[in-house]
Amino acid sequence: MAEAVHPSMEVDIVCVGFGPAAGGFLTTLARALEKAPQAPWCASRAAPGMPLQVVCYERADDLGFGVSGVVTRARAMRASFPDLDAAQIPLAHPVRHEEILYLQDPVGASRRSRPLRAADWCLRRAGGVLPYADWALRLPYVPGFLRKTDGLLFSVGQFSQWVAAQLLAGGLVQVWPGTPVAAPLIEQNAVVGVRLADQGTDRHGRPAAGYLPGMDVRAALTVVADGPFGPVGRQLDARFGMPAGHHQREWAVGMKMVVDLPAHSALLPGTVIHTFGYPEPEIFGFVYVLAEGIASMGIFVPSWLDSPLRAPYRYLQHWLQHPALWRHVQGGAMRSWGAKSLLESGVRGEPHLVGDGYARIGEGSGTTNVLTGSGIDEAWASGVLLAEGVIELLQAGAPFTRENLERAYVARRRQSWIEREGQQAASARDGFQRGFVAGLVGMGLAGLTRGRLRVRGRSLRPYERVPALAAYCAGRIDSEQLEAARRQAAAEGTGLHDILMSRAGWPEIPLDGRLLVSHQDALLLGGKVQAPAGYADHVVFVDPALCAACDNKLCIEACSGQAITPGSGGVPQFDRDKCIHCGACLWNCTRARGPGDERTNVEFRAGAGGLHSAEN
Amino acid sequence: MAGGYQIVVCGTLVPDPLQTLEPVMGTQGPGLKNETMLPAVLDPWAAHALYEAAALARQHPGSSVWLVSVGPRARLQQLMMSVAQKVPFQLVACDGSASGFTDAMEVAGVLAEAIGRIQGLDRERLLLFGGCASASRDAGATLQIVGEQLGITEQFMAVDELLVQPTGELRLKERIEGGQYLVSVCAGPPVVVGWATGNLPEPPNNPQVGMLNMRGILPALQQARAVQVGVGSAVYASVSIPEQRRATRVVRDLSPAAIAAELAAWIRS
Repeated sequence: MAEAVHPSMEVDIVCVGFGPAAGGFLTTLARALEKAPQAPWCASRAAPGMPLQVVCYERADDLGFGVSGVVTRARAMRASFPDLDAAQIPLAHPVRHEEILYLQDPVGASRRSRPLRAADWCLRRAGGVLPYADWALRLPYVPGFLRKTDGLLFSVGQFSQWVAAQLLAGGLVQVWPGTPVAAPLIEQNAVVGVRLADQGTDRHGRPAAGYLPGMDVRAALTVVADGPFGPVGRQLDARFGMPAGHHQREWAVGMKMVVDLPAHSALLPGTVIHTFGYPEPEIFGFVYVLAEGIASMGIFVPSWLDSPLRAPYRYLQHWLQHPALWRHVQGGAMRSWGAKSLLESGVRGEPHLVGDGYARIGEGSGTTNVLTGSGIDEAWASGVLLAEGVIELLQAGAPFTRENLERAYVARRRQSWIEREGQQAASARDGFQRGFVAGLVGMGLAGLTRGRLRVRGRSLRPYERVPALAAYCAGRIDSEQLEAARRQAAAEGTGLHDILMSRAGWPEIPLDGRLLVSHQDALLLGGKVQAPAGYADHVVFVDPALCAACDNKLCIEACSGQAITPGSGGVPQFDRDKCIHCGACLWNCTRARGPGDERTNVEFRAGAGGLHSAEN
Repeated sequence: MAGGYQIVVCGTLVPDPLQTLEPVMGTQGPGLKNETMLPAVLDPWAAHALYEAAALARQHPGSSVWLVSVGPRARLQQLMMSVAQKVPFQLVACDGSASGFTDAMEVAGVLAEAIGRIQGLDRERLLLFGGCASASRDAGATLQIVGEQLGITEQFMAVDELLVQPTGELRLKERIEGGQYLVSVCAGPPVVVGWATGNLPEPPNNPQVGMLNMRGILPALQQARAVQVGVGSAVYASVSIPEQRRATRVVRDLSPAAIAAELAAWIRS
């Protein structure tokens, strides 16, 4: 078959992905362009006679889809918007109250170590003198490093739309949703733009009706802001490698729902509740009350939960029913739902930030601070810093070479608070490599000493952490029951986790059709998940033989949308119409692509569709 | 046609199809709960009309396509980012409500006036396109009324095909009951064509088309005239949604035949 001819167009700056980082970058750049529209540096080189041509391509079907509710100190955002008023943004509210709850296990199914069980027993006995109620202990204070005093709670979806509206009204930059970027264009080790995804293909990427080869968008500068599992960033990592000692091994999938609280709920707008300890000790949770009667609630299921049954949706439902939370939400209704993978390696996951013709910002560039539990503000700040550097280079008429970008952007970043706080957080979670209690102690030490003290732990690749199913179930489910479960799951075309969790003592979920709904109903009622026709599958099992031989298909169990199910010949099948683009399959695959490879056997490519809710 | 057609498409935003809608009565009259947060798309019927218009314009050099929309300016601006990469068009924007709780006559008046203001519009080359069932989530009468206000008496509704004959005549297939088509031939413009789904797939996103369209879309949004629709003239005694149809049940070991029977009973009800 003849190779497709890709049409081409020239712009000055192309940005991949529209999230907080790109928002910060484009906002800062657009303001500078607005102030000096006639200045020579604002003129386009790609289109002589025109102003600087800046375009941003976002994979999701609309701006603000597929992101999450957050609590943030909003330092960088406020610097960009000094008059920022939460009332301007739907579902935004100043932080009014913060607390941390340690959740005990009211059902007896959680996998807790003996010391933890003993501690739980003591807490229950001492409940009369401690702030203990509903199987939860309210911690006496929130450590300073976690506190978000004077911060904001908001829906990133709504915030993104608000930012986009201002950008688009100015007309100096263009942001195009529904346009996945397939790959960077690399010539002689320089990035010269991006290639958009082919359209009008079958699921295997073969030309079909209406075939349009992905356009090559050539630019002097490519800004990579496509997140931690974006195809452009990952291909750059594959091509240029990671800096020595850096790796992206710590992940979590954050799954949450936006809930219409019942009338009796006493939760007030601006309330922040952090939880830990349940449904498994390693699973952290959050409640953000975004507005009167509306809360964003969810959990983080991390890669250091050493389980072959990391099933975020089932865990989310158990967490929601914990008595300390259920009393607030019983009778409520799901209004939105979604999930997303978070890169929790922090500065250790930082890739090469710049190269000839490109620069990286946002979560994929290692901005997330795992100690303070903050990422949005850091991502925004990284975008602002890059924009300041880019403006400097444009004004100087300097090309976007690695050296120039190092000087104009990386140097700024090294001197910023993102770097300082990121370094303090670098080792904060190492303790979790050794267990839950060690992890908590490590976080506390790192937080209270600004990173000077820590608990050491050896970082493993995610696929190295997952125990065999039989070993994990030992003592709870015998081999005969396990085989029966395998047969049942194969017959029903489902994962194993629901069967095995029920057998391990987790109660059945009392579905009510409003708040506790089936997983598939969550896709439709909450996520409004859709996938446009004409795109190839973006989840690809690279070596089917590896999958066929795999007896620990965590990709199926961990899939946030039940889009990956058992397939013929042992190779999982992928249903693009159900995928919410959370990226969990990428790091939950239990097979390395090759010996010692950091990559798993799952490849996450460019794809359109996914969540259609902007409230997340 | 010599000089090409001048095709005006009426259409605006509607909530993205899977969204949960809940009407509420506000101080300005009825609206949708959380409407400002609901993702929106171009009304699918109007979108088909727009794609058909673009295809026709491509076949007839010299043709032009306008999209005339009534909607909140900020929402229209966002909508354009999803639509403008599809096909070339010029936008005529009117800044007003697209809540769906608007009177068809009122909206039609606004649209007809906006069309009348398009400079250089040649009535003898005019094809007025829109969705057959809606131009702004209303009773489905808007397009016909716009046509009447513009004095266009040749009107075709639920059209799936428009073919230009070698003579310049237009041959149209309208859907009628029983899965049949009514085929009509008319002499030529001006005509009103309310499209059903047509036969064209959704065009792929073309970044070059998007860049080109945006040069005109942004000024059009900035010049959008504020219009009053859905405020005051119509009184809604009450608004409600149909009875909730969705119910989650967990039923095990139900045979396919039993499931089919239950579905059939539900459909009949």
